[in-house]
Amino acid sequence: MDNQLKTTCLHGEHVALGAKMSPFAGFDMPIQYSSITAEHNAVRNAAGIFDVSHMGEIFVNGPQATEFVNHIFTNDVRTLVPGQILYGMMLYPDGGTVDDLLVYKEFAPDAYLLVVNAANIDKDYEWMLRNAEGFEVGILNDSDNWGQVAVQGPASEQIVGKVLGMDLSGLSFYHFADFELYGKRAIISRTGYTGEDGFEIYATPEAIVDLWRTFLAAGVVPCGLGCRDTLRFEAGLPLYGDELSAEISPVMAGLSMFCKLDKEEFIGKDALVKQKAEGVARKLVGIEIADKAIPRAGYPVVTDDGTQIGVVTTGYHSISLDKSICFALVDSAFAPLGTAVNIQIRHKVFPGTTVKKRFYQTNYKK
Amino acid sequence: MSKILEDLLYSESHEWVKVDGNIAIIGVSDFAQEEMGDITYVDVPSEGDTVTKEEDFGALESVKASSELYSPVSGEVVAVNEELEDKPELINEDPYGAWIIKVKMSDSSELDSLLTAAAYEEIAK
Repeated sequence: MDNQLKTTCLHGEHVALGAKMSPFAGFDMPIQYSSITAEHNAVRNAAGIFDVSHMGEIFVNGPQATEFVNHIFTNDVRTLVPGQILYGMMLYPDGGTVDDLLVYKEFAPDAYLLVVNAANIDKDYEWMLRNAEGFEVGILNDSDNWGQVAVQGPASEQIVGKVLGMDLSGLSFYHFADFELYGKRAIISRTGYTGEDGFEIYATPEAIVDLWRTFLAAGVVPCGLGCRDTLRFEAGLPLYGDELSAEISPVMAGLSMFCKLDKEEFIGKDALVKQKAEGVARKLVGIEIADKAIPRAGYPVVTDDGTQIGVVTTGYHSISLDKSICFALVDSAFAPLGTAVNIQIRHKVFPGTTVKKRFYQTNYKK
Repeated sequence: MSKILEDLLYSESHEWVKVDGNIAIIGVSDFAQEEMGDITYVDVPSEGDTVTKEEDFGALESVKASSELYSPVSGEVVAVNEELEDKPELINEDPYGAWIIKVKMSDSSELDSLLTAAAYEEIAK
């Protein structure tokens, strides 16, 4: 099995740094270098760098690129100006989620970059090809030719600006710029998955290795997927496979704001309209318990009489908030904020309350 | 290479036992704490609870995962290390000093099936 694992261009760097490695989305990835807590705090207080080269880069262009992306994507790309980015999902006709992704509107006309989850690259690419019939578009899965790092944290603007020799004060949240590294195209966007200000940089694998070393030399802390999960969780951000899936629609996950139901058409729209009108059986909530025990994915959410009404999807003892909190998918009757619910953790049942999913006050530069 | 103390007994699930008369003092090995990473919470039984050999009596929680604790012996819990409630990191810092529970054994012959330091060294790698 291990010999089928893919590696990113930074794999050698991780091993040399002594990272704890583990399979994730088919790649051998760093979970932590020092400790999840130390890396988490580096991002909240200063700056950390993540290898996100496993993410997928799919380029769409052609005369009907806008119509095509709008057909497969829940958000409305017609509102985008060149250099702007939108978050949204691709859906199955029944409203289940194929993937959540970022759409970059390129500076060239009729061109988009779609950044998708590593585990879903092949599935997404096939989904796009299958649904492109009748559209005048070209679709290129160029994932293997791109490396990517995310530099995240309040010190990011200053450090990234210095390393790249750019003034980033004018680059606003969910916008990007093109530049060159070693004569090849590179992209910098003010995006991330941590709840902090930060940047994601796309470049050739060779350039990414150089950037990684330069950022480390500049004092940026290498951060693994362990704290990437604790950070995104505190910021209320979903992870495909946990909070979104073929069984979990954006309406169930509380992400309706990224689904433009006033668009004339997109795959899955009818199902979402129906879910909005009739309600959904289960909804994603935040739950806080007043104990240090930790609700983990798969633990049951139960009523006082022990009836199971839901299941935990992600949970931690929050590093930034020092509270035991989780996301859980629960029967909609128990979803309103402030509802008393219990979580069964091993042999004990802990009382809790439903709370907002954005546990941590995010610090984006808007 | 994790540290293994000569004068202790070990379970295959990485608990250690120090025998003091009919009392078994139980903790987790250096290997186990290294595998777990930073321990943030220790879920323990109460004094007076009964534990059974090879059944779970609590858990260690790190940021990332929880790992159940299995009792190496059967008996009654006569003491719980309350210091771990506020300082779970003691298990990382000093795994052989940070005992978790003390059990009054109901059948000390259960110790016979535990591993010696030399035997445990073979599995703790």
